Amino acid sequence: MKYELVIGLETHVELATDSKLFCSCGGHAAANEPNDCVCPACSGMPGMLPVTNKHAIELAVKAGLMLNCKINQYTTFDKKSYYYPDLPAAYQITQWFHPICVEGTVEVGDRKIGIKQIHIEEDAGKLVHDDATNTSLVDYNRTSVPLIEIVSKPDFRSADEVITYLKKLKAALQFAGISECEEGAMRCDVNISVRPEGTDKLGVRSEIKNMSSFAEIKDAIEFEKVRHVDAIERRTEMLVQETRRWDEVKRRTFPMRNKETAADYRYFPDPNLMPIVIDDAWLEEIKASMPATAEEKGQKYVDMGIATKEAAVLASDAKLCSVFDAVVAQGREPKSVASWILTECMSRMRYLGIETLNIDPAKLSRIIELVDAGEITRAAGKKVLAAVFESDVDVDKYCDEQGFNAKVDEGAVLAAVKAAMEANAAAVADFKSGKEKAFGAIFGACMKELKGNGDPALIRELLNKELSK
Amino acid sequence: MAKYITEINKQGNIAVDDTILVKDYPATAGSKMLENFVPLFSAEAVERVVAAGYTLSGKTAVGEFGLDLYGETSTSDICAAATLVADGEVRAALNVDLNGAPRRAAAIKGVTFVKPTYGTVSRYGVIAAACSGEQIGVTAKDADTAAEILTVIAGHDAKDGTSLKQDKYEYNTDISAKGMKIALVKELYDAADDEVKAKIDSAAAAYKKAGATVEEISVLGLSEIKTAWTILMSAETTNNLSRFDGVKYGYRTEKYKNIDELYVGSRSEAFGFLTKATIIYGSDVLSKGRYEVCYDKALKIRRKAVETLTELFAKFDALLMPAYSKADFEAYDVTDAFNKVYEESLFTAPASITGMPAVVTKGVQLVGNYFADGKLLALAKVLEKEEA
Repeated sequence: MKYELVIGLETHVELATDSKLFCSCGGHAAANEPNDCVCPACSGMPGMLPVTNKHAIELAVKAGLMLNCKINQYTTFDKKSYYYPDLPAAYQITQWFHPICVEGTVEVGDRKIGIKQIHIEEDAGKLVHDDATNTSLVDYNRTSVPLIEIVSKPDFRSADEVITYLKKLKAALQFAGISECEEGAMRCDVNISVRPEGTDKLGVRSEIKNMSSFAEIKDAIEFEKVRHVDAIERRTEMLVQETRRWDEVKRRTFPMRNKETAADYRYFPDPNLMPIVIDDAWLEEIKASMPATAEEKGQKYVDMGIATKEAAVLASDAKLCSVFDAVVAQGREPKSVASWILTECMSRMRYLGIETLNIDPAKLSRIIELVDAGEITRAAGKKVLAAVFESDVDVDKYCDEQGFNAKVDEGAVLAAVKAAMEANAAAVADFKSGKEKAFGAIFGACMKELKGNGDPALIRELLNKELSK
Repeated sequence: MAKYITEINKQGNIAVDDTILVKDYPATAGSKMLENFVPLFSAEAVERVVAAGYTLSGKTAVGEFGLDLYGETSTSDICAAATLVADGEVRAALNVDLNGAPRRAAAIKGVTFVKPTYGTVSRYGVIAAACSGEQIGVTAKDADTAAEILTVIAGHDAKDGTSLKQDKYEYNTDISAKGMKIALVKELYDAADDEVKAKIDSAAAAYKKAGATVEEISVLGLSEIKTAWTILMSAETTNNLSRFDGVKYGYRTEKYKNIDELYVGSRSEAFGFLTKATIIYGSDVLSKGRYEVCYDKALKIRRKAVETLTELFAKFDALLMPAYSKADFEAYDVTDAFNKVYEESLFTAPASITGMPAVVTKGVQLVGNYFADGKLLALAKVLEKEEA
């Protein structure tokens, strides 16, 4: 029998606000030491009252608009109670009864994934176990940092769909400045079940908690699929609805310690926070501040003459977009810029093992300008780019130092051709005896002789002429 | 018994109860749980009285977390602030009215207490139990003095999300009672003992003499209001008190091997019976399957109570009612404390659940519409002058 996966995701991302959700402490990103960014409010001292961060509300609304959600113009904050040392007040302020956004959709490939809701909540702190003293230490820097939880419907049918969705979500959130989505700051709970293909009834669900790496999420899903199917087909185990965690070392999931009793979070509306009413004027203001979506941006690039596939790659990454836009704004030709970013810059990034493009657009623009104007060769341009990546050199100064100059006259090219032939007599002899492959070696020697300068077409022409003599 | 839990300044003229934070002075909220807790900041109301030139005298006793109306806490403790005022030792006292305890105390001691309209005085710096109803009020020898202090502490505070936007409030205590319509709430009158009834009778007579009308009316749903407020108050208290877990500050048990034992041990050893009963009751009304029939229903009754009283205030200027059933309870077992408080909150719950203002003077209680604080104080002054 064939089985299909049914997956739903709960994705937590940190909102890009300057301060915490209910107090004026800076976000934990600003912290150097444990408990640096903590005040009586976010550490749960008695007497403090929460005051809502308006920017967090606006960012959550933006997220809802991006994911085609209905915005609840009447939204409330509720308290969720449980005891844990990383939760200083023993309750988390979240949105249980009236979440800010509901009923959205995201296109993944040719399928539509439903978004059940987006709600705002505060993050918890962090526990650190100190083996030396056998004590647990608590760090409240992250406490009350604003998060949104994006809850999808169980609409995913493969691990690939999940990853495509997450990548798209990450790009969209970065684009709109909703979240910086730093490494590990996007945390997912993955709900998985399997069922025979063509049936509607949902199978027994397991929830894999707190995953952040896309690659690990994919592996965990694949593992769970096999485990579920084995359990059904070969009765390897009895499936129960449970929470599991992914072990990155053992490459498998394990059930988390079962609590003796089911959690009862005793939700109720927070009497300290008045319901938030997002009136039409405010909603319009937020709508007006929305940046272009990745799709809109991609279409704009296509309209500029960039190939569809390249446009999509550029549009999927906020940093690539911002560099591209800045370089084009300096008057460079869009197709040329796209090629430099997608081929040369990305090859440098792969070589250096960097994930985000971090280059001064003015420098990239200058390199492209010099190459396009024939001042230096593309080969020289690549060398300059490498130097910019490695030690952030000044483009013009570096070209001078290296003697890069594509405008070498015919006499100098001819001299270099002759010198290269002389130094590679064996190759010349090979060529003349019919081994055409030897041409490359001699051509390379010419280029070297010219330090990458000179018009390659001219070099080729003169070399051919000399060799046929 | 000592007059203060913590003395601040012998020359001080304002006492502050121990659920209100004063920077660098212990704040216990009447609980062993917080016996070593010293706050890092002062309540907004405290900052305002100090900025206006008053001096703090000290912190006065309260029933644990202000929950007690007159159950397990001694009369002298619950009346500590009202006693200082009655004895002329301070000009006024700031007291948190959570469940009506300062109203009861003022009634017993024959002084004046005003619980202002919810949202007019900042709750910043109050050790919270039931946020949706508690307010800082003023205990003073008379309505004029209460109004004087209330003028100082009332007004918008950005640090409290439920604080109303108006910056300043004025309370005119010289409004004439002539032509005012006062409703005497029959059900509450009937529920009080003869001594209390006599106080209501003489208040009614004084109003008639001053040219007001006094009409006896029936208010439906008072028993439901009492239950609903007990549900809301207990639920919120349960939630607010869960932060006292022995981890960060406050009392910590010496007997624990893991985090669960730390929680259970610290809370079991530090909380009193009434607090524990409230926590159990409050946990129950919020739990799965009980929320809809308890907490949510209580919220509906609160809305209904607001409607009922608002309709009454279209016809009447104030409701006249007792603040308590009788001055002293007969002895009872401590395990009955929660029920005793619950029964007694019949008199205090209407103003607590609606957030409407209440003024106690000469042993009687006046409840008015939102922002009728000044009118109630003026009516209180009529009784004070009559007896003077």
